[in-house]
Amino acid sequence: MNKSHRLRLPVIAAAVTASLVAAGCGSSSSSGSGGSGGGAAASAPGITSTQILIGSHQPLTGPAAPGYSEIAPAANAYFQYVNAHGGVYGRKIKYTYLDDGYDPSKTVSVVHQLVLQDNVFSIFNGLGTPTHLAVVKYLNSTKVPDLFIASGCDCWNNPAAYPYSFGWQLDYVREGKILGAYIKQHFAGKKIGYFYQNDEFGQDGVKGLDFEIPQSQVVSRQTYVPTNVNIGPAVAALKAAGAQVVVSFAIPAFNALFKLASLKLSFNPTLVASNVGTDPITLGGLLEAFAKKGGAKVNGNQLTQSIITDGYLPTLGDGSNSWIALFKKVHDTYDAKAPFDGNVLYGEAVGYTFVQAMLKAGKNPTRAGVVKAIEGGLPQGASVAPYDYSATDHGGMMGAFIGVIKNGAIIQQGPVWTTDTTPTGPVTQFSGSQPAAPASGMP
Amino acid sequence: MNEFLQFTLGGVSFGMVYAAIALSLVLIWRGTRILNYSQGAMAVLTTYIALTVINHTGSYWAGFVIALAAGLVLGAVIERVVIRPVENRPPLNAVVVTIGLLVLIEGIAGIIYGGQYRSFPAAFSVTGLHAGSVTLGISRNDVFVAAAVLVVALALAAMFRYTSAGLRLRAAAFNAYAARLLGVRVGRVLTLGWALAGLIGALAGLLVSPATFLYPSSMDSIFVLGFTAAVIGGLDSPVGAIVGGLILGVVLNYVGGYLGSNLVPIFGLIALVAVLMIRPSGLFSVTHGRQV
Amino acid sequence: MTLLRHLIAALVAGAVIWALSVQLNAFRDFQMAEIAVYVVAIAGLSLLIGLSGQISLGQGAFMAIGAYTAALLMLHLNWPLWAVFPASAAVTALAGAVVGLAAARLSGPYLAGATLMLAVALPSLASQFPGVFGGDQGLSVTVIAPAALGATFPPTRWLAWVCALAALITLVILANLGRSRVGRNWRAIRDDPIAAALSGLNVGALRVLAFIVSAACAGLAGAMLAITTSLVSPGSFTLSLSIALLAGAVLGGLGTLTGALWGALVIVLVPTYVTDVATSHGLSGGVAANIPIAAYGVVLIIVMLVFPYGIQGGLRRLAGQFLPTSPTRPGSPGQRAPAGEHAEDLDSPYRRPPVSEHQEEGTS
Repeated sequence: MNKSHRLRLPVIAAAVTASLVAAGCGSSSSSGSGGSGGGAAASAPGITSTQILIGSHQPLTGPAAPGYSEIAPAANAYFQYVNAHGGVYGRKIKYTYLDDGYDPSKTVSVVHQLVLQDNVFSIFNGLGTPTHLAVVKYLNSTKVPDLFIASGCDCWNNPAAYPYSFGWQLDYVREGKILGAYIKQHFAGKKIGYFYQNDEFGQDGVKGLDFEIPQSQVVSRQTYVPTNVNIGPAVAALKAAGAQVVVSFAIPAFNALFKLASLKLSFNPTLVASNVGTDPITLGGLLEAFAKKGGAKVNGNQLTQSIITDGYLPTLGDGSNSWIALFKKVHDTYDAKAPFDGNVLYGEAVGYTFVQAMLKAGKNPTRAGVVKAIEGGLPQGASVAPYDYSATDHGGMMGAFIGVIKNGAIIQQGPVWTTDTTPTGPVTQFSGSQPAAPASGMP
Repeated sequence: MNEFLQFTLGGVSFGMVYAAIALSLVLIWRGTRILNYSQGAMAVLTTYIALTVINHTGSYWAGFVIALAAGLVLGAVIERVVIRPVENRPPLNAVVVTIGLLVLIEGIAGIIYGGQYRSFPAAFSVTGLHAGSVTLGISRNDVFVAAAVLVVALALAAMFRYTSAGLRLRAAAFNAYAARLLGVRVGRVLTLGWALAGLIGALAGLLVSPATFLYPSSMDSIFVLGFTAAVIGGLDSPVGAIVGGLILGVVLNYVGGYLGSNLVPIFGLIALVAVLMIRPSGLFSVTHGRQV
Repeated sequence: MTLLRHLIAALVAGAVIWALSVQLNAFRDFQMAEIAVYVVAIAGLSLLIGLSGQISLGQGAFMAIGAYTAALLMLHLNWPLWAVFPASAAVTALAGAVVGLAAARLSGPYLAGATLMLAVALPSLASQFPGVFGGDQGLSVTVIAPAALGATFPPTRWLAWVCALAALITLVILANLGRSRVGRNWRAIRDDPIAAALSGLNVGALRVLAFIVSAACAGLAGAMLAITTSLVSPGSFTLSLSIALLAGAVLGGLGTLTGALWGALVIVLVPTYVTDVATSHGLSGGVAANIPIAAYGVVLIIVMLVFPYGIQGGLRRLAGQFLPTSPTRPGSPGQRAPAGEHAEDLDSPYRRPPVSEHQEEGTS
């Protein structure tokens, strides 16, 4: 045969070698403390005498990016504030968050990179339920702390299977129960319709609603998928069923679409919506174009008026709240380009909780040590209800208040309610109160 | 019955947008034998430009006109710079190049404008219309959408039939070699074709963005369905593009209404396969004789 | 002879991979497993497009079928890996047969459109039947290295070995297929279906066979992806995956197996490399995250403009310039190719079809 065939063999082998070696050398390590060469006195991976390195997977691009991409920069802003005020026992927090585009395969890839190559101390605030499900087993089997997951699934609350994982935000089942109890009390006898996202977020929320709302009142259940913006048919079905109150577990874009579709169909139910989709700034922003131009006689704020929702962090409009004041100050200094909205508040609040945990873990934190520290309980931070962290409970927040949107801000109505995730557990009023933010801004 | 009426009219509105995308794809296919996968992304970019203009000047129509002009320019520039080198290369190269454009334009939009959903104004009122006491389920804006696409399609048809530019376009598409021999500047004509397709795509973006909100990948699913509509109608037929778009829009609205939102893509696939099984080149295609 | 040559090449490559997997760190092992996944998927697609001339935008959908098959077999029936891989390939091959039969009458862009819609629609089936497929949260898959390797054996190295072995076996099979009578028949129906039919080839059957083989590769790749990412959910099988595979196949060089390797390397390594560069320059999260996307688009465009025959084609041309040529056989890789057309290269998928498509229309 001609020479070229004989050449092919070593060419292929050389090509494979060369490319893999090039891959090994060419890709610089991500903006982290430089791979395995930590060096300085390390009580644990990712901890040096001057730095704590943590990582996260976030949807910075792709379908979930709108809104959620603001959370990590906000948490980072709070960390920069802490770093500027002495850090955690003198160590600065370095927060590396990588984009996974809301694709679970990419999540696995970036988490492997963070754990194996960058040697982070812990994964922090990993965002998304399907995405985080892809890495939770891996993190627990490699004993990497998986702190304050950004997802309301109650599946993280499983200390037996996932001892290193902790939730943070109010889970969707609890939220459903709290909203459901409110509806049961204030809308007895009315026809209720459900409008929810066809995944674990919506389904868990509906589970909670069904624990409270009598089945006879529910006249229609309509779902949507984020990939299809044409929800006109679903709204038409709700109208045809005669729903007087619609409970929504939807992201802001779809609450806005719901409002627009209702306008088109001359449908005017009372809307009770999950906190996930009711940040007034985001929602108002989505509807503002229909206020300013377009000839419609409607006002953006008018469209969000009277939406009933819940909240587990203080409301943004409440200028007298010390937490809002603190977080606004941090935002204006370190994250000023982003609007000061619900996502930014979320990011800073969860950042605060992380610093609380690290302070409690002591001057020489270890991975197991920080887990123990959280299980010993964390003081209530910016959240309106306490955390329920213990050796048998890794869930996070226990409750929320009911609020109404008036003139672009959520106004709290009544007390804070707490509950659990069981079908019969009661929804009880919380008798304590939120502590004030520390004057120094550090926990 | 009321629901059925609402579903039908609502489907027409989205269907006309699919028709517009399909029309621009057909225009490019007929001229250059290339499938432009970046058509949706181009529309996103021109709509962002419109939004910037609207926010600065406060006038919707100023933004509208400038977006259409931007579509013309964008189409022409892309054809001249990126597509011209691959027009005579293996057809798959054009596929990869237009996919690369799609990715590039969406990335640029993300860098300049950020990823968050933007509200885009509608040209006319979005409150529902009534016929007596019956809620029709469409708004004045929906009527405008349908009318705008129809007007553009008819204008395009008139241009093709009655102007010399249209004649040159048709000649170049029919047989480029012969057209060149007869003095037609084929290169310029192809650029014109892409420019017009860019204009129609920009229109589609302006019309649909109030309902989908504007973000870098907002036209992706619209593009997929517009592409499907073009294939259903037959890639060589502008009439097929409009008909295919309408049929797809209405049918998918029925599916979404009676069967659930999740089944829409599956039924899109079923509709496409059903049509192609009967007519492998689309509804309005002409059967080709086999060359030996 | 051909088989022996291919086996030797595979053994050499295997030895190199083994050496690398031990030398490089655990994260690189994970990347090697990822690369192996894409090599298999792209090789199948490259064969379909390059050898048999049918364009498919649905390779990602077939990967989904393979991945879900693997997950279901491991979850419910506890099958071992060496049984799961061939089973996933077989089930997906069946799906490929169905699609191939439906697609046999479609040409060019119509086939592209149908497979595009398939890629979009198939993942939504997982949400439609959440009881079976786990809905949006997906099905979780666990793979443990065998106890014989010891308790401290890095799990990612085991993944790298398993995936690399599967990839090498697949490449040997595909290489033999490409050089066999079937391969020659495929090239014949790609270049001139009518002449091929006139010489007695069953064009339809060959087209379906190509779909079957390509789908089997995708199914195997899907199973490999399932064990590497340990979760199978619809979010991993979006249209972007199919598009990335197509881009990888064309970039690497259609119809060539080494091209599949180049394509896989581009898909896996370029985005993370560009992100690293962007974040190390201190660009903020949102902008930095979009730069790899824009850069990816630029890479696709430029490589296509500069290397119209893909990276492998470009390398061959370069090699042809420098290496000794064989005297007479036209189209052999050693001969200097004329600048531009590959018209005489009988092996190339880039031969222009003999009749211009423009001449046939009559529609207004």
